[in-house]
Amino acid sequence: MIRIEGLTKSFGKFKALDNINLQMQEGQAISLLGPNGSGKTTLIKSILGLVIPEKGKITINNHVVREDWAYRSKIGYMPQIGRYPDNMTIEQVIKMIKEIRKDHTQYDEELIYGFGLDKMKTKTMRSLSGGTRQKVSACLAFLFSPDIYILDEPTAGLDPLSSELLKEKMVKERAAGKLILITSHVLSDLEGIASHIIYLQDGNLMFYKTVEELQASTGESKLNKVIAQVMRTELPAMKHN
Amino acid sequence: MFIRSTILFVLLFCVALLADAATHRVQMNQNLQAVINKAASGDTLLLSKGNYNQHSIIIQKPLTIIGEGYPVFDGFKKYEVFIVAANNVFIKGIQVQNTGRSSLVDMAGIKLQDASNVTITDCKIFNTTYGIYLQNSKNCTIQNNEVRASAKDELQSGNGVHAWKCDALTIKGNTLSGHRDGIYFEFVTNSFIERNKSFGNIRYGLHFMFSHNDTYSYNTFSNNGAGVAVMYTKGVTMSVNIFRHNWGDAAYAILLKDISDSKIEHNKFDRNTVGIFMEGSSRIHVAQNIFSDNGWAMRIQASCDDNVFEQNNFLGNSFDVATNGTMMLNTFRNNYWDKYDGYDLDRDGVGDVPYYPVSVYSVITERIPTAMILYRSFLTNIMDQVEKVMPSIIPDQLKDDAPRTKKWKL
Amino acid sequence: MKTIIKYVLLDLLRNKIILVYTIILAVLSISVLNLDSNPSKGLLSLLNVTLLFVPIITILFATIYFFNSIEFTELLLSQPIKRQKVILAEYIGMASSLAAAYAVGVGLPLLFLVSGTESLILVLTGVLLTLIFSSLALLIFVKSKDKTRGIGIALVVALFFTLLFDGLLIAFIYSFSDYPIDQAVIAIIAFNPIDLARVLMLLQLDTSALMGYSGALFKKFLGSATGSIFSISCMVFWVVVPLFLSVRIFRKKDL
Repeated sequence: MIRIEGLTKSFGKFKALDNINLQMQEGQAISLLGPNGSGKTTLIKSILGLVIPEKGKITINNHVVREDWAYRSKIGYMPQIGRYPDNMTIEQVIKMIKEIRKDHTQYDEELIYGFGLDKMKTKTMRSLSGGTRQKVSACLAFLFSPDIYILDEPTAGLDPLSSELLKEKMVKERAAGKLILITSHVLSDLEGIASHIIYLQDGNLMFYKTVEELQASTGESKLNKVIAQVMRTELPAMKHN
Repeated sequence: MFIRSTILFVLLFCVALLADAATHRVQMNQNLQAVINKAASGDTLLLSKGNYNQHSIIIQKPLTIIGEGYPVFDGFKKYEVFIVAANNVFIKGIQVQNTGRSSLVDMAGIKLQDASNVTITDCKIFNTTYGIYLQNSKNCTIQNNEVRASAKDELQSGNGVHAWKCDALTIKGNTLSGHRDGIYFEFVTNSFIERNKSFGNIRYGLHFMFSHNDTYSYNTFSNNGAGVAVMYTKGVTMSVNIFRHNWGDAAYAILLKDISDSKIEHNKFDRNTVGIFMEGSSRIHVAQNIFSDNGWAMRIQASCDDNVFEQNNFLGNSFDVATNGTMMLNTFRNNYWDKYDGYDLDRDGVGDVPYYPVSVYSVITERIPTAMILYRSFLTNIMDQVEKVMPSIIPDQLKDDAPRTKKWKL
Repeated sequence: MKTIIKYVLLDLLRNKIILVYTIILAVLSISVLNLDSNPSKGLLSLLNVTLLFVPIITILFATIYFFNSIEFTELLLSQPIKRQKVILAEYIGMASSLAAAYAVGVGLPLLFLVSGTESLILVLTGVLLTLIFSSLALLIFVKSKDKTRGIGIALVVALFFTLLFDGLLIAFIYSFSDYPIDQAVIAIIAFNPIDLARVLMLLQLDTSALMGYSGALFKKFLGSATGSIFSISCMVFWVVVPLFLSVRIFRKKDL
């Protein structure tokens, strides 16, 4: 579904991504991990076409990202920080996105009702809390039932109830054969969702493995324990190679 | 002057009566020249209404010609119409039109040659090269005539009232428009120009050269190409005139060049590019005038000296005074300047700090006219403000030490 | 694209700063026009207000707005829309709401108090200045890395065109006053939209004679329709060129 070949990107002297090769398939829920500044957001933005790669090629369903913007209709994106024009209401934001996506007439509005946004739709974006804005972002990502979800820190700032609701939604979508790419610092939130783990550090791809593989190699079952173990043992070993 | 000529006229009339002067009625099918030739000196010709289609009529004896209902004489754009070459001629109430145009002869509607005591009154003179032309004449009165043309360029046109080498003229109550100059005076002395309206002339409303000891007052000069020019003359009195909207790239209300010992008083200068432009002029008393909404109220070249400017009102002019030098040998006092922002602590109506009427930007544009492209820009505003706080460029002798804080009632 | 313009407008027309800007302009216009009995003078005062406030307010507001809506822009770009369309739509929404603010704030009072060609030209001048400085703001936005630096550049640009440029011009005129530089000066003017706006407006008023007074070329150039056409076309260039550059740069900008 998503194929990344030799992706390299630097900002000035800083190399954000260094020769990344990846393949992601439908039905996968991939957790994108790495410390701050490791290149996670740059990778996501490259897939979305927001960052223009220096070298390498990204294809999505055989569409080359750089040449063809239509592929983005297959992606639902939830940004890390959702900021919207101050004086628009929730209703207007949703309506606007719907109007932009004229190709769709069927909407997945489950989250809108789930989060109770329908009851506060006349509130302006300025008056919303960070969490509520996050909910709006989530709703927009899921609105058109895309094949690919790219979710940047989706649960950050959400109350436990909403967070749970969002996770359920992700599980459901994955079961429906969608590809989900998530970055999150809260590893426990990915429990039961993530099927694969991608680990980036300093712009390099450290590993790309299934959760089962990692569980087997570390002998741990909880995701946060697994990762902690990996970081203690496997990563230093890799670095020395 | 008017009274003098009226008395003269009455006297003449009596003389004519005594001499058994006759009155002839003339119809439009008659040849006026033939009637004139037959008439005796002092006779009166009464012209009936109508188109006479006659021109080049020469009057060589004292006659009174009175038109009834404006009989029309036409030069057919080729000829002159009336030529008066005698004294004591009186012409009233005729219409003269369409003179020719020639580069050899100044073609006029009515031309006075070496005449004295001639009166032209209440005539209509339309589309003539020169309207009324006085040459080497004395004690003549041109009064209440309407002289109108529609000249297009300076070279091809003449003047409304043109006087050359004359003395003791009275030009009064005429309406002059559409000529090169409304009134033109050259070597004309001891004369009066009063209550005329001169407007829409291509060059000057009044053009005045080598004409000493004349007075012009109560005239209105408006919308003339370049306003009024007064040159090479002494002893002129200019008072109670209105100079309005003489607006253009090279227009002045008055251009003074080499004028001395004269007076400019009680005039109104309203919306002219330049109110008074003064060059090489001395001992002129400029007082109690109103300068309003002009581009420059006055441009005084450094070649002027001993002039006194007092008790004038300066209102809403873009620039009050501009000058091209740093020396200033003229006196400004007791004027009201609307831009003055000094104070008057003792409340005597006179500001306690002097007013400098030349702004720094006006100094710059005077030196480098191109800088005018920055007119009304934020930068030049700032420059003027800075200069007010610490003067360095403006001529510091050019100042009004006793500026009024209230407008004069003029 | 229309959709985005519509919603950007919807947002901006409810923006408090734009509302305050409109009201301040309206109050200024009404008081200036009522103070001066001579309407031509009122227009001149309004011109000064326009030349001083429109560029700086427009460029600052627009730059800040573009930077503040980066996340919104990203969201739009994650939708299947061309980049050029998104940035153009944002520009149009932004510029037209500021232009509307000017047209209402200055245009309405003029319509009631001094209607005529001159007033129309003044409104046109203000609107063009708004479009130009929004366009420059967009260029600053696409060229600069962060908001603080962007605002700094915006301030410098506004200051440059309001004051520094004329300072340099007068220095130029001063140093070359012995040469026939009228033509060069007119050409130089074309590089400052604020000067163009000023000249364009002065040409409509009687005051142009004051400028014509200073030289034959000015007289010829400023006296004819050529002067107005020249100023307007240069101003249109000032809208289009930065906008075109912005769109080009934005196509390759990393967000």
